[in-house]
Amino acid sequence: MSRNVKAIVITGNGTNCEREVATACRLAGADCDVVHIAELLAGRVRLDGYHFLNLAGGFLDGDDLGSAKAGANRLRHAAVHGSSETLADQLQQFIAAGKLVMGVCNGFQLMVKLGLLPALGGDYLTQSATLTHNDSGRFEDRWCELVADSDSPCVYTRGLDRLYLPVRHGEGKFVADAATLAAIESGHLAALRYTDAEGRPTMDYPQNPNGAMNAIAGVCDASGRLFGLMPHPEAYVQRTHHPRWTREPQLPEEGMGLWLYRNAINFLREAVL
Amino acid sequence: MPWRIEVALKDGVRDPRGERIKHEILEHLGIELTSVRTLDVYTIDATLSDDELQTAANGPLCDPIVQLVAIDNPLASDFDVLIEVGYRPGVTDNAGRTAREAIQYITGRPFAPAEAVYTSVQYLLKGAVDVATAERIVSGFLANGLIQRWTIVPAAEFDRSKGLPVTIPKVDVGSHQVTVQEIDLQVSDAELVEISKAGMLALTLEEMKIIQSYAADPAVQKDRQQVGLGAKLTDCELEALAQTWSEHCKHKIFSAAIDYEDTVTGEKQQINSLFKSYIVRATTDIRKNAGKDDICLSVFKDNAGVIRFTDDMSLVFKVETHNSPSALDPYGGALTGIVGVNRDSFGTGQGAHLLFNTDVFCFASPFYDKPLPPRLLHPRRIFDGVVEGVEHGGNKSGIPTVNGSIVFDDRFAGKPLVYCGTGAIMPSMIHGKPSHEKCAQIGDRIIMVGGRIGKDGIHGATFSSEELHEGSPVTAVQIGDPITQKRMFDFLIIARDRGLYRSITDNGAGGLSSSVGEMSQDTGGFEMHLDRTPLKYPGLQPWEILISEAQERMTLAVPPEKVDAFLTLSKEMDVESTDLGCFTDSGHYHCLYNGKTVTWLPMAFLHDGVPQLKIPARWVPPKTAEPQPSALIDFDAALKQLLGSLNICSKESVVRRYDHEVQAGTVVKPLTGVVNDGPSDAAVVRPMADRNEGVVVAHGICPRYSDIDTYHMTANAIDEALRNYVAVGGNIEHVAGLDNFCWCDPVKSDKTPDGDYKAAQLVRSNQALYDYCLAFGVPLISGKDSMKNDYQIGNTKISIPPTLLFSVIGKIDDVRTATTMDAKRAGDKVYLLGSTADELGASEYYTLLRGCLGANVPQVDAKSAMTRYRAVNTAQKQGLIASCHDLSDGGLAVALAETAFAGGFGIDADLRRVDASAGISDEKRLFSESASRLLVTVRPEHQAAFESLFAGQSCACIGSVTAAPKLRITGQSGAPLIETDIADLKAAWQAPLKEL
Repeated sequence: MSRNVKAIVITGNGTNCEREVATACRLAGADCDVVHIAELLAGRVRLDGYHFLNLAGGFLDGDDLGSAKAGANRLRHAAVHGSSETLADQLQQFIAAGKLVMGVCNGFQLMVKLGLLPALGGDYLTQSATLTHNDSGRFEDRWCELVADSDSPCVYTRGLDRLYLPVRHGEGKFVADAATLAAIESGHLAALRYTDAEGRPTMDYPQNPNGAMNAIAGVCDASGRLFGLMPHPEAYVQRTHHPRWTREPQLPEEGMGLWLYRNAINFLREAVL
Repeated sequence: MPWRIEVALKDGVRDPRGERIKHEILEHLGIELTSVRTLDVYTIDATLSDDELQTAANGPLCDPIVQLVAIDNPLASDFDVLIEVGYRPGVTDNAGRTAREAIQYITGRPFAPAEAVYTSVQYLLKGAVDVATAERIVSGFLANGLIQRWTIVPAAEFDRSKGLPVTIPKVDVGSHQVTVQEIDLQVSDAELVEISKAGMLALTLEEMKIIQSYAADPAVQKDRQQVGLGAKLTDCELEALAQTWSEHCKHKIFSAAIDYEDTVTGEKQQINSLFKSYIVRATTDIRKNAGKDDICLSVFKDNAGVIRFTDDMSLVFKVETHNSPSALDPYGGALTGIVGVNRDSFGTGQGAHLLFNTDVFCFASPFYDKPLPPRLLHPRRIFDGVVEGVEHGGNKSGIPTVNGSIVFDDRFAGKPLVYCGTGAIMPSMIHGKPSHEKCAQIGDRIIMVGGRIGKDGIHGATFSSEELHEGSPVTAVQIGDPITQKRMFDFLIIARDRGLYRSITDNGAGGLSSSVGEMSQDTGGFEMHLDRTPLKYPGLQPWEILISEAQERMTLAVPPEKVDAFLTLSKEMDVESTDLGCFTDSGHYHCLYNGKTVTWLPMAFLHDGVPQLKIPARWVPPKTAEPQPSALIDFDAALKQLLGSLNICSKESVVRRYDHEVQAGTVVKPLTGVVNDGPSDAAVVRPMADRNEGVVVAHGICPRYSDIDTYHMTANAIDEALRNYVAVGGNIEHVAGLDNFCWCDPVKSDKTPDGDYKAAQLVRSNQALYDYCLAFGVPLISGKDSMKNDYQIGNTKISIPPTLLFSVIGKIDDVRTATTMDAKRAGDKVYLLGSTADELGASEYYTLLRGCLGANVPQVDAKSAMTRYRAVNTAQKQGLIASCHDLSDGGLAVALAETAFAGGFGIDADLRRVDASAGISDEKRLFSESASRLLVTVRPEHQAAFESLFAGQSCACIGSVTAAPKLRITGQSGAPLIETDIADLKAAWQAPLKEL
């Protein structure tokens, strides 16, 4: 392999997980830049210089109009300095180039509200599902058992089965209409689900922390290259991130969340570089 | 023509917000409704085309999957009463601000100055509810009349075609001219007092008379003529003096001359400043003793304290209180508290990356069922509002809340205590200079960064320097905006790394007057143009601009040659920065408005002119007695009752609402154990993912002990913080402390006839602070005092118990050696470190189960504690400790129960093996709160090595961890005292606050 995978994490306006996402990308073998959105809007940095776009967790614009709503609006309408091009335009080119986009938590909310997920029929511009208020009506921080769909096209969860990651959100309930949900299921786009202790998808609180339909925790597009999830993979890349590392000596040094980043980078090395 | 855009959930979509409110209305007010549904309303007062309006409504303002949107067309239906709640004019409306920005992106043009978006929420109540009940619901729970307004419409009166009329809560600047008033101080004493009172200046007659004679001085008058000012002081000058001399900013009580008499020893003492005599002296002496091992870098002088972390990184820590605003508006007060202390730590030295938050609350019981005096909010509202405020402040700032506690005592109904802390980290050197140092230079520009100025928070500094009374100003209440602040920090950290400024401080209490006033002490003066400040709305008087505490602002000293680069970066990053003037060596506090001087005060008079307060203090110990030994006790029931007491019970429902692991550094989280729900003693944070050094943060607080003796209250708070710190692995040789005093007014007066006793309590607390910090070798690096935590309206006075929060920050060399409190394995041995004495005075057990105070308050033996803590550190480093938990409220019995159920194992323990003073009953062995004790579990194969480390110390193997999930405790007679399933103990512990 001659070139390194170049990852970018966009920050600004309330994003707050950019540092640990960059750490996860680097631990998984990528070069990674944390770039403030002002740099992109000023035109000094362009998305096409990268292979792996990370939309990190946080509270874009305080989630004041609903999670990531104002953030999605900015990407759609704010023009790059001195041009009529928007960041949404750059994003569409990035996707068309076969590159990878992963959104975590607020990043997932942003992708869904921009229409990037689940993007049925290859329509990356129209919102077709949403992430809304937890059934509990509250923000919650808790660790969740998850299972990956082995038949999913998702490049990030390839070869993965059970995962254990924290959720930290108030608006994580995945909602879509019956037709959309059916298309998601038949396409195996629900790459990750909340489960009970035995690994069975569950609607029971708190194992399903937000009441997400079909226990959906993460969704990809049909290409499997765009992926968003409410749990935080970047929050479990080291053994000491695990809430029970002081009592479970058999835990490996590397956390399960790192697997998603490794899969992304391996895919890029094979398919894009 | 303003529009009303309404956004409702589609039919069949669940409304968790409405469901929660329905539940809370039942909990708070006992009113059962059939349903509550909610709608969001955006009132847009701006010029937009139809297209733009449609794009906004169907774009950022509505989620098409679950919501419907309508413009000027009401969506409310199927309700009995409708309530709409919006903000009062001038109150920060974060969603309105975000909606405005979103619309600006769509139109590509900025709003005109008077244009805005205002948000409100509609609540559709269904059930047996009339207008009067709705009024109770809205005033008793949904809204706070200080910051919000509301409309109630019964279904029969609702116009289904037009809906509610458009309301624009624009600040009415009225016909008030912007002017500068001159105030004649050459008046009678009574009039001076009236000027202070009417102006919310909180200046005493003595202080007013000093200002009076200053103004009368012919030399002063001559000096003033040069700058075009008359003999009378301006309103700006008087406000600047009131702010600078306020208790809040000047700490007059801690600087006072105190006549102290101890009637027990007969000793009399003159104390010239508690702060210098005890706090500063403790740190000075400890640093001297430490020599080259001194960890302090910057103490007391900056916004926060700074200590060495590693050779190349420094740690910053500050804890603040925000009690008075939280009493009036719990949500806004607490939110502002957290974003405020974040600015403190950010604005320390050259600027620091924010690493963690801590929060400690003192409330009355949320289930308080006695009548409340006027103006006090119900403790349940305070609880809910404060928790939500800190949640929004901390979570939206992207800072993990890693440590905290909630203390309950019904006296906190008079004033809740809201302590918020922020830890931060910075490289020890920035651009080749120590990062903890900063200094403005003559000619540097004064640049204000961040939010705009409004009438919010005016008189916050002087208001918090008084008790809560009928005239307490509502403008002191405000709402923080964590996102505007986060944008500012994102910008400033880049500006720091590019070396674009020389000094930085936050705008907190006292606003620009305080921040610029303090920074200008570096150069000896400044010149600031108040008319250049960006305002939220027109019509502010110059004095209001000067002292407004509008949030999210920092003040910087920027070298003239870097101003362009600074402002360019700021603009690009969507942060407002304004050049207000420059730092000078004029020796004067010099403000201008439209080119005309409005203040001209010598820096020396402003900063040193305040007279020293004189306070009498007389210690007469309260009469206390131990209760008679109790007859037969049901120990099972007693333990469950203790576990279910508010002070001891699980706070999980609160902890989960705070993000405690963002930034991915939290190694010991607030909840731990086999199912992640046991109570951690302290937090460990790894700030750099590629290194193993960790930051340890803990605290101690025990106001109940103040009812016997504040000396021992203080000693126990210090010890509790340190034993929590050590329990998780904090290095006892590398730790610093912060003291946050919250006291009731200790100045003897007609209002406070027992002031000399309260002052004596303050003196004794300070004496213990000195004695124990020195004994433990823990330097104090920062702190704060809040001295007027009383409620007084009419004949009702409620004073809080004197409360010291002692917070500690330090280091663990390798986070992988940290220990948690949960039992790890069946067969492990259970050790009690430290001896148990007859010390149940003011204990949770006496208070709750015996209904008495008692007399024997726990006393701290720092020397033996220090030896123990060092040995614990060694055992942790050698991997000999499986779990470690501190003993505090509820003593040994509670610690055993928590260790067992957090780990999912049982414990067998034998009270005969407890190292206790002779003749101590089972009851006291179980529930004594003797200090400096830790409960440790150790693998059998480590027993010998572990015991050898504690040779010669109090170290008793009292039992073992069992696979059978039962807590079994054997009494001194050999008979079982307690035998209970850990599931039942845990259920009792989790029950009280589970649903809150």
